[in-house]
Amino acid sequence: MEALRSLGRLVLALTIFSNLSLLAYSSSLQDIQIVNAERRIDVTSHIIKVFLTLKVENTGTSPVSEVLLAFPPTQVDNIASLKAAATVGKKKKKSYLPLEVNPTELPDAPNGTKYFKILLLNPLSAGETATLEVLYILTHSLEPFPAEISQSEPQLVYYRDSAIILSPYYIKQQTTFIRTPSTKVESFTRVEPTNRAGTELKYGPYKDRPAYSYSPVLVHFENNSPFAVVEELVREVEISHWGSLQITEHYTLAHAGARHKGVFSRVDYQARSSGVSSFKHLLARLPPRVHSVFYRDQIGNISSSHLRTDFRRSDLEIEPRYPLFGGWKATFIIGYGLPLQDFLFESPDGRRYLNFTFGCPLAETVVDKLTIKVVLPEGSKDPSAVVPFPVEQHLETKYSYLDIVGRTVVVLEKKNVVPEHNSPFQVYYSFNPIFMLAEPLMLISVFFFLFMASVAYLHVDFSISK
Amino acid sequence: MAISEHVNGGTNTRKSMPSSSALKPDLLNKLSFKTLKLKTKQQELLIRVSILCLVYVLAFITRLFSVLRYESMIHEFDPYFNYRTTLFLTEKGFYDFWNWFDSESWYPLGRIIGGTLYPGLMVTAALIYWALRFLRFAVHIREVCVLTAPFFASNTTIVAYLFGKEIWDTGAGLVAAALIAICPGYISRSVAGSYDNEGVAIFALLLTFYLFVKAVNTGSLAWALASAFGYFYMVSAWGGYVFIINLVPLYVLVLLITGRYSMRLYVAYNCMYVVGMLLAMQIRFVGFQHVQSGEHMAAMGVFFLMQVFYFLDWVKHLLSDTKMFQAFLRITVTCAVGVGAVALGVGTASGYISPWTGRFYSLLDPTYAKDHIPIIASVSEHQPTAWSSFMFDFHILLFLFPAGLYFCFKRLSDATIFIVMYGLTSMYFAGVMVRLILVATPAVCLISAIAVSATIKNLTQLVRAKNKVPQTGSTKGASSAKGSSKGSIDQSQPFQRNGAAALLFGAFYLLSKYATHCTWVTSEAYSSPSIVLAARGAHGNRVIFDDYREAYFWLRQNTPPDAKVMSWWDYGYQITAMGNRTVIVDNNTWNNTHIATVGRAMSSYEDEAYEIMRSLDVDYVLVVFGGVTGYSSDDINKFLWMVRIGGGVFPVIKEPDYLVNGEYRVDKGAAPKMLNCLMYKLSYYRFGELTTEYGKPPGYDRARGVEIGNKDIKLEYLEEAFTTSNWIVRIYKVKPPNNRW
Repeated sequence: MEALRSLGRLVLALTIFSNLSLLAYSSSLQDIQIVNAERRIDVTSHIIKVFLTLKVENTGTSPVSEVLLAFPPTQVDNIASLKAAATVGKKKKKSYLPLEVNPTELPDAPNGTKYFKILLLNPLSAGETATLEVLYILTHSLEPFPAEISQSEPQLVYYRDSAIILSPYYIKQQTTFIRTPSTKVESFTRVEPTNRAGTELKYGPYKDRPAYSYSPVLVHFENNSPFAVVEELVREVEISHWGSLQITEHYTLAHAGARHKGVFSRVDYQARSSGVSSFKHLLARLPPRVHSVFYRDQIGNISSSHLRTDFRRSDLEIEPRYPLFGGWKATFIIGYGLPLQDFLFESPDGRRYLNFTFGCPLAETVVDKLTIKVVLPEGSKDPSAVVPFPVEQHLETKYSYLDIVGRTVVVLEKKNVVPEHNSPFQVYYSFNPIFMLAEPLMLISVFFFLFMASVAYLHVDFSISK
Repeated sequence: MAISEHVNGGTNTRKSMPSSSALKPDLLNKLSFKTLKLKTKQQELLIRVSILCLVYVLAFITRLFSVLRYESMIHEFDPYFNYRTTLFLTEKGFYDFWNWFDSESWYPLGRIIGGTLYPGLMVTAALIYWALRFLRFAVHIREVCVLTAPFFASNTTIVAYLFGKEIWDTGAGLVAAALIAICPGYISRSVAGSYDNEGVAIFALLLTFYLFVKAVNTGSLAWALASAFGYFYMVSAWGGYVFIINLVPLYVLVLLITGRYSMRLYVAYNCMYVVGMLLAMQIRFVGFQHVQSGEHMAAMGVFFLMQVFYFLDWVKHLLSDTKMFQAFLRITVTCAVGVGAVALGVGTASGYISPWTGRFYSLLDPTYAKDHIPIIASVSEHQPTAWSSFMFDFHILLFLFPAGLYFCFKRLSDATIFIVMYGLTSMYFAGVMVRLILVATPAVCLISAIAVSATIKNLTQLVRAKNKVPQTGSTKGASSAKGSSKGSIDQSQPFQRNGAAALLFGAFYLLSKYATHCTWVTSEAYSSPSIVLAARGAHGNRVIFDDYREAYFWLRQNTPPDAKVMSWWDYGYQITAMGNRTVIVDNNTWNNTHIATVGRAMSSYEDEAYEIMRSLDVDYVLVVFGGVTGYSSDDINKFLWMVRIGGGVFPVIKEPDYLVNGEYRVDKGAAPKMLNCLMYKLSYYRFGELTTEYGKPPGYDRARGVEIGNKDIKLEYLEEAFTTSNWIVRIYKVKPPNNRW
């Protein structure tokens, strides 16, 4: 602890030093101060949600149109999603207006600090204040300690952060709350005033902290929530204009918590319900009107699954072949069909577009690498994808049943996907319905020629001798 | 030629009408309604073709029960190896497959796959797969493998039809096709998912026989050549080709002895033998066995005998003096037999000709394996056949078979002699080993078909003769049985017509019973994949035990990729195919010592077993245990075979040590060595804490119905790594050696 604290002091000294050098560069940084900051960190599952409320004041003379958020470089890689909103109106008529957030770089950023830029809707004129709500999601930020546990032990994890919010601005007053899944907290760093009540840890309030203040804290607590991480997910959406959408999802699932050590005893697992950090059930939320669902892996069908459907959604409860303990893996494939009219529409300009949900249907999982392949029908042209967040895109060609020229596949790739990414995206393409008839016509003509050939054969005498 | 004869013979527009009339309206217009009425011959053809098509489809769909009941998956043990190699073949190509050294099995020895398997099945499936892919059918190789056996079963029905037609008449051919399509003896090895050599081999076997009989009947070089290629395909597909290479010479010998030697036979046999032998040598696993192995010497002997016969024929043609020829005959035959015997003697003595293998011996002498080769005797499908399983697999065919033999003997020809010999020899082998019922099935179906066809034909003619219906022409096409039936019509007896009608009704009743029996057997007995076990729950619902795949998939995902798994050899193929891990022994059973080492480890005390396992680099040990579910074919029940096989090589393992007064038991009264051997410990580890059945003490073994004798099992050198949800598969990790200091 002591070492960490001294490290914090070092960081603090460095930041103050570098701050001076920044002075000359960006005037707007000095024009803003944060009057009040409140941060709520939810570490109840392995997907960490951080709610940040900032009350920003323009102390300068010129209007300011952007606000910067700073993150330590270790944390920024784990940010899966970052959203900001401006609060409008007073208590009862409060509403949130989403704001645009972009990663940005500043020269002379201290210790490799990374920044996100929030673009305000209306520039903040001198002396005005605004309230910003920021939500960001961290993945892979809970480090299991001990790293290996046996079947009977609970899973303990470390969470590292700073008691004081890292910010390029002067913060007048700030508080940080950390919500743990249970009251079982082994230890936590104290940065006075620090309070612990029930499942909540309170750091602060701290007053008048200069920019780039940093005070590392370490919380060691029990977290037995399923650390379900999909290391790789490939979702293939195949559009057939004959009326159905076929989705096949290839999962590589892993338990990313503390590694299982030693014996796995079925007696203990069955009788004394040990293995608290392991998980067996997974829930996949599928769209309504789903049909022909399958759940299998490389070696065949997995018989342990249940499907419940109603008009709003379909819940597919799946169990891997074996319970997943820390470090264990399972791969499987889920496939289902959907009615086309629910997802395929015609845009005003005559093109067609598929409106489908991005992200992973499994609840409470992190996807390290998500690939969505939209297989357009054969003969479709000019594909383009509209996704609400940055993704990598490229095109491929796939050959399926009776394809001659192949189908265009729009491939969308994104790393570090969390349930917050389950928002719709669109793939536009133009398609001439005449292509729908290509394959049936092909089959018909093949059979026709087959019959013609047999008729011809029966009419011609091939024998040499009469 | 005979096939095309019918097709060409009945050619005109109307023949192809029914199938394609909808497509060609212009053609339809040209034909008035009157021309639509088919001639009798065309009607017969139409009925025949449609029956064949129906039989073809029936043979396919009756084998899909397993896919409907379970899923499209590979069954049992050996098919998993075939599937794995097919996968390799389609992924890596033929040359890599041919040169494949598999280091994942028989650790640390490995196995040369290309040189130790019959590639026919894999190549067939891969060709089908590539053809479908080429035609842009995006099928998975697994689907192709699953459906290969039903597809070839369907093809077999066509061959059975042609064969039946060749030896008797078209009627018998149709009945044979229908019988073989649903015969349980054949279905048992060719349901969807049963991706085994036999699936294509029975097709190849029947095809070779058919082509050979055709060649003997016609004396045509082309048919003989075709038969040689059929033989080549058979050799590439299954070790059962030895049956062909012995039956055909035997048949030729019988023809020679019965004075049926002809030029046709000479052409057919010589061409088939020489070309077939050369082709068969291209299969690496078979290699030079045709000239070097004792099992193949009969064919070679008959080949030379044929030449002697031909030579004698020629000499007889030259010599006019019978007496001189007799003397010459005596000298030549004596010399030929003498030379042959000396050659065989010298060959065997010098080791050039290998003696008969144990498997071959065990076929000729059913008790041989039991005394000398426990590894063959331990396999349940190598047991002598019980009467009940004959009844189960053949049903009415068992009664029709002698009747068919009677008909065959009544109208003896080269072809019927063949089918009689095939029937009798294969029936003998079917009696020796359960699995060889499969080889007998086509013969039994064909001979029974002759019985059914001939009987029904006679009966219908009796019924019709009294009726005096003008439509007697329909039977004209099949004119063969006419002569025999005419005699019976003349000496008409009272109630003959009614009697015939009653008998006809009885025959149909029997045949429909056969159909129901076959369907029932297929759906109940032969459609279970044996990987997934199904049982009825307390409320009549279906409970699925998917423990095997649970364990294999766990191995695949959660063990190091180079982990070595020791298990009894039954599970070897499955572990490599589904678990993708290296095994010590597998179902190939080529190295008895290696298997005996595993057997020894399983039957030793833990510390001794640990030494053996360390020397084999074993990381995991897998045992199958049915005590919780009452699954009886588990390792404890197989354990005595492990002891026997282990003890066969390592005399330290003695079977009596594991028995109490010659009785095998696992409860308190069990032998102390039994209660402390590795297999017992691994099977029952911590089982004593579990209550399996209400009202029984904890540690009650449901498979054997006893409370186990050693409930306090401590493991020192192994630790439990995984146990499946119903405890059927238990995997243990071998601990690394302790630090010495």
